[in-house]
Amino acid sequence: MGWLGTILREAYGLFVDDGLFAVAILLWLGVTWQILPRLGLPPDLAGIVLFGGLALILLESAVRRSRRP
Amino acid sequence: MSIEWAHVGPTLVAAFLASTVEFVEALTVVLAVGTVRGWRGALAGAGAGLLVLLAMILILGPALTRIPLGPVQLVVGTLLLLFGMRWLRKAILRAAGVIPLHDEAAAFAKETASLSGLGTRDRGWDRVAIAAAFKITMLEGIEVVFIVIAVGAGGQGLLLPAILGALAALIAVVLLGILVHKPLTRIPENQLKFIVGVLLSAFGAFWVGEGIGLTWPRGDWSIPGLIAGFLAAALIAVPVCRKRAA
Repeated sequence: MGWLGTILREAYGLFVDDGLFAVAILLWLGVTWQILPRLGLPPDLAGIVLFGGLALILLESAVRRSRRP
Repeated sequence: MSIEWAHVGPTLVAAFLASTVEFVEALTVVLAVGTVRGWRGALAGAGAGLLVLLAMILILGPALTRIPLGPVQLVVGTLLLLFGMRWLRKAILRAAGVIPLHDEAAAFAKETASLSGLGTRDRGWDRVAIAAAFKITMLEGIEVVFIVIAVGAGGQGLLLPAILGALAALIAVVLLGILVHKPLTRIPENQLKFIVGVLLSAFGAFWVGEGIGLTWPRGDWSIPGLIAGFLAAALIAVPVCRKRAA
């Protein structure tokens, strides 16, 4: 079963490097999918909010990694 | 048939650049295998790997296009975001000097040393060479398959430009490999990863938005806007990270 473990590890590694970073992206997608439509935002604004959250997650994660000793 | 250039152009470029990065990494190991263990086994292993990868694209790609577009865009867009933003984050950290740049010459030296310690060659087909070349082609190629399928499955008629982009990258890297006969150390790998990370993140965000029913301002032409947005965020992040790390 070693090969199966290797394949699964490789597949996981394709998408997840920093666990917190991946979880933050998924949570933000969940928020924009389930919560954003209920806030009654203008339709054109929703995409911008989705992008803005993702950009902030990217910045925060990169800066946090830079601080690590 | 109308061609949606807002999709086709970035799809082709993203597939080409991302595949170039992966094929350059695979070429380094195949060159090491060929140099140490002989070219017959190295080329056979790499060729077998490429055939398996091509079969995966030809089976999985059209199969995905038969599933309703909304769920595909949501799932593929999410995976593309995770993949693209991971690449972009790593490219930012490398550009800022937080983590070291990928060094093809060092990878070649390490692989050569490792293969040299594996004893004498088999008579006839060298199983070590075939296995090593097959493994690296598959490992790097799986990422190419994912990128081609992901950027090709998000819209109608995008699989072909994605496949063409990846094939063009394969031909370019193989020709360069034959020409220079050593690792392609002068390919600006981190800059490529930076650009690919931006493109894949933009595609991912767009398709997730489409998948969950968001309305994009100016429709498909939001993709160039998203590309500009992710590029701006990444360019802001580099000096900030450099300053924090100092």
